[in-house]
Amino acid sequence: MHLDHRETYPPRHTSRLRDDGTRRALRVGLGGPVGSGKTATVAALCATLRDRLSIAVVTNDIYTREDAEFLLRNAVLPAERITAVETGACPHTAIRDDISANLEAVEELERTTGPLDLILVESGGDNLTATFSSGLVDAQIFVIDVAAGDDIPRKGGPGITAADLLVVNKTDLAPHVGSDLEAMARDAKAQRGDLPVAFTSLRAPDGVRPVADWVGERLAAWRAVA
Amino acid sequence: MTAAALLLLADGRFPAGAHAHSGGAEEAVRAGRITGPETLAAFCRGRLHTAGLTAAALAAAACAGAVPPGALDAAADARTPSPALRATARRLGRQLLRAARATWPAPELDAVARDHPGGLHQPVVLGLAARAAGLAPRDAALAAAYESVGGPTTATVRLLGLDPFDATAVTARLAGDLDRVADLATAAADDAAARGTDALPAASAPLLDIAAEAHAARPVRLFAS
Ligand SMILES: Nc1nc2c(ncn2[C@@H]2O[C@H](COP(=O)(O)OP(=O)(O)OP(=O)(O)O)[C@@H](O)[C@H]2O)c(=O)[nH]1
Ligand SMILES: [Mg+2]
Repeated sequence: MHLDHRETYPPRHTSRLRDDGTRRALRVGLGGPVGSGKTATVAALCATLRDRLSIAVVTNDIYTREDAEFLLRNAVLPAERITAVETGACPHTAIRDDISANLEAVEELERTTGPLDLILVESGGDNLTATFSSGLVDAQIFVIDVAAGDDIPRKGGPGITAADLLVVNKTDLAPHVGSDLEAMARDAKAQRGDLPVAFTSLRAPDGVRPVADWVGERLAAWRAVA
Repeated sequence: MTAAALLLLADGRFPAGAHAHSGGAEEAVRAGRITGPETLAAFCRGRLHTAGLTAAALAAAACAGAVPPGALDAAADARTPSPALRATARRLGRQLLRAARATWPAPELDAVARDHPGGLHQPVVLGLAARAAGLAPRDAALAAAYESVGGPTTATVRLLGLDPFDATAVTARLAGDLDRVADLATAAADDAAARGTDALPAASAPLLDIAAEAHAARPVRLFAS
């Protein structure tokens, strides 16, 4: 159960501190179009970071429990660290307009498996306008891929322009689908200014490194404020 | 008393988690019981006069404040034979409590959060939220009754691609029934103040309970209930 012990009007209607006064887990959202590599990124992040960090995952599958089951099958985390949330056919509603079920899932994970360092919330694959509410996550990653067209960064939309990190995944496919990575980088820069962009291929060894490093920085910053 | 607060509380956009629940409509669509506007209307009428009436009376009683929330929650448990629906009702109750505390801060709501960490049935919380918003028991009953048909209707639009104008017309034609159910529920809540929770209606729809159990066991579904 959620109790706002320490703040009368918290900026978010979920607590920032644990009962012992330390900061709760950093909550990071991963959004982006269907099939861009969100689950693959979550799995790779867990595999890379789980020795140093205590991690849990919330998935928002559109229809099935595929994402949760993929993570289980690949044994990136024990089952009790993964919660699947239903979205009533509206994945963007569940991460933006009505975050109730997701908030409850992250709080429940902290209560039952905590203390945790990091909770990753994967959105169901959606469109370019779907972003996370700041009431649910502390930072968000938007994952697109080179194979869906190299004009996506140019098209923009809130995920592309405002996400704390833009990941352009599947760079290994660029030569095969004729995507111009330099143009994508230029367009992303034009849309995002100084906000970071990471080009990844999760097929390459340690391909998730740029994202893992970014998460590490965010976590350090999160803890520094406590 | 403020009509605007009732509009806010009953609005499908009120962020309390209901959007991910179909009120049994997903299972009814899958079983071929809801196929279009007529069958949706029949489903909604049935749900309104059974589970809807029971929920409306609990909400009215909670709003009236004569019976403690814990006793109303026990009454709700006794009227909800499906374990899946009991779990859903408490989950939605916890989510509504968060939204209500943020929207209409009140010591009473804080006390409920403190005393019932597992959550209370959603209709009970709905009544308490209505009370915190300055609404009357009949308002709470009406909101609960409206929700009992609004949820399945919205879900059916998404599940069947039903024409949204037809779906909205279904709800509009139930307006008289909604008012009657709210009246009955309010009278029952009055009774409960004197005679206890046994005075509350225990109308139920066994098929809704059975279907909810089947739905909860499905590995593939769009809605949480
Ligand atoms: N070639 C290549 N394939 C990748 C890469 N990353 C992911 N994939 C593949 O792309 C497909 C989709 O990846 P997922 O991680 O399931 O994508 P998702 O964004 O979670 O998809 P949804 O949850 O359905 O929206 C899978 O077959 C992955 O193996 C990559 O860097 N290179
Ligand atoms: Mg996925």
